[in-house]
Amino acid sequence: MLALIVVGGGAYAVQTTALSPASAADDTTSSRELDAGRQLFLIGCASCHGVNAQGIGTKDDKNYGPTLIGVGAAAVDFQVGTGRMPMAQSGPQAPRKTPEYDAEEVRQLSAYIASLAPGPSIPSSEDTDYEAASTEDVREGGEFFRTNCTACHNSVGAGGALPDGRYAPKLDGVSAKHIYEAMLTGPQQMPVFGDSVITPEDKRNVIAYIKAVQDQPNYGGLAGGGLGPVVDGLFTWVVGIGVLVGFAIWIGAHGARVKKKR
Amino acid sequence: MSASFTPVQETALGKKAGGPVEWLDDRLGLAGLAKKNLRKVFPEHWSFMLGEIALWSFVVLLITGTFLTFWYQPSMAEVTYNGTYKPLNGLEMSLAYKSTLDISFDIRGGLLLRQIHHWAAALFVAAMMVHMLRVFFTGAYRKPREINWLIGVGLLALGMIEGFAGYSLPDDLLSGTGLRFVDGLVRSVPIVGSYLEFFIFGGEFPGDEIIPRLYMAHILLIPALILGLIGAHMLLLIYHKHTQWPGPGRTEKNVVGYPMLPVYAAKAGGFFFVVFGFTALMGALIQINPVWAYGPYNPSEVTAGSQPDWYMGFSEGMVRLMPNWESTFFNYTWSWNVVIPGMGGLGLVFTSLAIWPFLEKWVTGDNREHHLLERPRNAPTRTALGVAAMTAYGVGWIAGGNDIIATKFHMDIYAITWVLRFGFFIFPVIAFLITKRICIGLQRADANRILHGYETGVLERTPDGGYSERHAPLPVAEQYTLTAHERVPVLEAPVQTDVNGVDAPHGRKEKLRAKVREYWNRDTLDKPTVEDVHHAEEHLGHHDGHPIALGEDFQGVSETGIPRQH
Repeated sequence: MLALIVVGGGAYAVQTTALSPASAADDTTSSRELDAGRQLFLIGCASCHGVNAQGIGTKDDKNYGPTLIGVGAAAVDFQVGTGRMPMAQSGPQAPRKTPEYDAEEVRQLSAYIASLAPGPSIPSSEDTDYEAASTEDVREGGEFFRTNCTACHNSVGAGGALPDGRYAPKLDGVSAKHIYEAMLTGPQQMPVFGDSVITPEDKRNVIAYIKAVQDQPNYGGLAGGGLGPVVDGLFTWVVGIGVLVGFAIWIGAHGARVKKKR
Repeated sequence: MSASFTPVQETALGKKAGGPVEWLDDRLGLAGLAKKNLRKVFPEHWSFMLGEIALWSFVVLLITGTFLTFWYQPSMAEVTYNGTYKPLNGLEMSLAYKSTLDISFDIRGGLLLRQIHHWAAALFVAAMMVHMLRVFFTGAYRKPREINWLIGVGLLALGMIEGFAGYSLPDDLLSGTGLRFVDGLVRSVPIVGSYLEFFIFGGEFPGDEIIPRLYMAHILLIPALILGLIGAHMLLLIYHKHTQWPGPGRTEKNVVGYPMLPVYAAKAGGFFFVVFGFTALMGALIQINPVWAYGPYNPSEVTAGSQPDWYMGFSEGMVRLMPNWESTFFNYTWSWNVVIPGMGGLGLVFTSLAIWPFLEKWVTGDNREHHLLERPRNAPTRTALGVAAMTAYGVGWIAGGNDIIATKFHMDIYAITWVLRFGFFIFPVIAFLITKRICIGLQRADANRILHGYETGVLERTPDGGYSERHAPLPVAEQYTLTAHERVPVLEAPVQTDVNGVDAPHGRKEKLRAKVREYWNRDTLDKPTVEDVHHAEEHLGHHDGHPIALGEDFQGVSETGIPRQH
């Protein structure tokens, strides 16, 4: 397990360095970057979010695309970085998919939106360094996770259903940074867990717990994807009863008479 | 077989064992009983072994359960976990949950035994249900076996309660949520609900009494009841003798099959090892109830995908389907939203199961003993009702897993719920109509085979160029088997008035009964009469215009054109 974390973490460290500078709203952000972000925004986002990211309403006062002023770099990094934005089609919820923009473009878009108004910035690699979490931290993170997250995301992060076709997505293979940003910005149906509700350190611990649970082997054999008793019931009837009834048929098909070879 | 044999008392083993065996028999007197029952004959059919799956998984449960009691601690006292499973290290939890984690991670073979125990439990209830369906669809519960059917219904209910108690013992987040569900059910009982809750939980939920109490029920009270009822079930089976499928030589007064010793001792004994081996294989290879993933129970926490084990899935589904109706009068809350589906759902299942044999008897008025089984197609209304009930039960299952279905198949959970709300009432009706039609279709196919014989595969060409397939009569044994069921009874109008024109007592009830009986038999195809069969024999038997006789031994042509030998 330890080896898994180290290997996974190594790959992750490479990814985060590629994404630095950590905070897109820093003063160091060049104006060229902002311009590039604005250009990308006008092409890919403005049709729904408005040319100045002020949002577009519909005739009956509903939201065509929400305003992005003040959502911060973290929201953009999450939505675009996980492929949720731009949406391929309208629906109850924007699904996670292969990102349309590469890391640099995401950074430029984030920088542009962050420049419009202050908002949550992209977490630093220190904030998401879950490998540094001690055993106590992981345990603490588990407590936060069970109290705040499992009701929708399931105890091993397998996801769950929400009303009207919406859902809490599974947390499998989601990077620590994106989990952090989701907590920070509350995308789509998710509530916002600001830093005053769950401190950055606790956020890191929650991530450490999720990763610890997901990286461990399936103790006890073939697992049903963390979906619980429904899958167990399926196995009971299809595999268990199926095979045992098969054996009953096999035993019943063999009479007691000794077959004589002619 | 004309081989000579040596009487057992004259063999070397017999001479040695004779003394001790006689000593035992002088004191126990079991030889007479054993002599009779060891040669007891049981009929042969695979479907008669479904109950055995339940029996053997119960034995597996007793064996594995005994091992689990060595390490499991039924206590809700709070302790700090310091075991092998790191993500929960240092966490406060109940001793029950800690000992379950210890069994899973720190006791050699503990997780395997836990998983075998859990799989065997799931299979135990499932096998009981499959066995019950077999008994239902073949009419095996008819006189004289009604009481044995009731014992079976009791066993199913006890098995479910036993399973639920076991599911609650680990005191993890999932089982605690399940317990909370039951707490809600108990509280929804009008007027006395909250008193009942305090009585069961020894105070407010969750308290610190419920785990020890459930443990007592799980390892002592309910297993003892199950064991006793299984004993009664088996004794009645021996007393009634096993039912058999109709066929040549099989009547209501005999049993055709093999003796207990050696045939069924070997078959049943072997099947025990199959069941034990297979549950062990499942326990070794497939994960069930990973308690460590849920964390310790805490009433303020819950996890998505919280479901009961499959046999409580119906109740769960009923509660999920029920609209949120609640009213307050006489100063009490009346939680229709929980009490109707929660208590009413399972109540409906078990009440209808228990009264069914008596209801059917009331409808058919059949008071005779039945030892020959009925093929499901030959009792179309019963079969259709059974499938309708299974459909309603299945709707409950789907509803109980609606969130899993919604996420896995990208559907709207509300849409599923609404479809199933109507479906609970509509799907069974559709299932009933379709099943009844299928049964009648199969009856027609049978009649067709009797009257027109089977397709031989021999194609004939008429002088004017037409082709037709030659049919030949079925073997007599098969004809007998296909027509061994009873004739559709002649229905009579109920007596409404006596000779003086006075209303007969129970006149209205009799009228209703006549109506139901008419519906029970409606559209059922009667088997061919003797005249029909003679006519068919004449048609098929002689060449009847065919140029070549097929001969006595001919049994049709296989796909490769070679005459078939059955």
